[in-house]
Amino acid sequence: MPSICRLVLVAPLFFSLFSAFSSPSALAQENPYFVAYDHYLEEPGNLEIEYFSTFGTQRAGNDFHAYWIEFEYGATAWWTTEFYLDGQTTFHDSTVFTGFRWENRFRPLKREHFINPVFYVEYENKNGADKILKEVEGHDVESDFLVSNAEARKEHIHEIELKLILSSTLKGWNFTENTLAAKNLANSPWEFGYALGASRPLALKASANRCTLCPQNFVAGVEMYGGLGDRHSFGLHETSQYLAPVLGWNLPSGWTLRISPGFGLNDNSHRFLIRWGVSREISGFGSMVSRLFGGRK
Amino acid sequence: MRAVTAALAACTLFLAASVILAQSRNSDKPPVAVAPKYDPAIYAELQKAPEKARNRINPLQNDPDAVAAGAILFEQHCVECHGNSAQGGKKAPSLHAAEVQGATPGAIFWILTNGVVRKGMPVWSKLPEPQRWQLVRYIKSLGGPVESPASKP
Repeated sequence: MPSICRLVLVAPLFFSLFSAFSSPSALAQENPYFVAYDHYLEEPGNLEIEYFSTFGTQRAGNDFHAYWIEFEYGATAWWTTEFYLDGQTTFHDSTVFTGFRWENRFRPLKREHFINPVFYVEYENKNGADKILKEVEGHDVESDFLVSNAEARKEHIHEIELKLILSSTLKGWNFTENTLAAKNLANSPWEFGYALGASRPLALKASANRCTLCPQNFVAGVEMYGGLGDRHSFGLHETSQYLAPVLGWNLPSGWTLRISPGFGLNDNSHRFLIRWGVSREISGFGSMVSRLFGGRK
Repeated sequence: MRAVTAALAACTLFLAASVILAQSRNSDKPPVAVAPKYDPAIYAELQKAPEKARNRINPLQNDPDAVAAGAILFEQHCVECHGNSAQGGKKAPSLHAAEVQGATPGAIFWILTNGVVRKGMPVWSKLPEPQRWQLVRYIKSLGGPVESPASKP
């Protein structure tokens, strides 16, 4: 991997660790999902730094470990913006930087409703070696990953992705449904996908004592996601589908840990994925940056 | 190589946007030595709670642990904007104000649930209902106005 690629991956990681350890934190009340989104946005002025890993099995090929770093910033109470850097290691092959994404989520309604919509717009600049499986769309299938990294990274993908997130909270449960439409800006048809999620904290009341292992700090659930074909062949034919239990642990120190084993539901899917992630929310990041550049306190 | 350059450019843009946004958010704020002042209209949000919501009874009204649990939740989620003792901060008003202390538990619960999204207060329905009621108990236990340190001679 060229040294500049290493720099692109490693510099944000150091920045993240430095920021995470040296900044005031807030207890993040995060959902446990890896693919699905609910309607809750980042609190205004807060920055959440997140690292996620996906280990996947590959039939007739090499298993892989894909990873990404997210910087999620609450610009306002109705707008969250996020920047990602992605990479992957394919065993017995190589490690490559696979691209970046810029994502924005907008909450159009002022108040809570039974179903709460959020609009999602993302630009992706990645290469064909991308394996993070942050979403599954169109006719994405396991055999796409058989191509060697050297060959796959020659393909440059500029993609716009739109999602409609519909999410509800009822008696402590969160139910969410995401519909996805993605368009490679090269001459490719619109591709579609979905993600469904349900989750609930293990306890609804907070404890009167500070605790790390209290049940209200754990959120468990399940998510299901997959492709829905493209404009020319809409449906489940030749698509991959996954079912994944999820567990999140919101630590009082401001860290959140997540883990999720995922299972392919058909022959086009990877048989097994294991995902894990760690994140930390930094309170008042916007004000800190402002002060750094001489803004008023 | 183009992707790497683009990634670095996007990183720079992201940070620049954060700075500009943070500056603009603070540009009309008073300096730190001055006690934050809020447009009384901010408290009018409480009056927007529908009557049915305003009249809701706190199911944890008699829970002996609710205030202590609410205090911990407040510290975890609210201090950043409302200040350590809820005296108000740069971003959010005092919760000792008569408008808040005189509001019904149901109205405060309604504000927590719905936020005041256009004025910067996020929706807190991601906290389960019992935790929002615990927060309401804590907020109602705060009592009347506190003297701001900045207002002392």
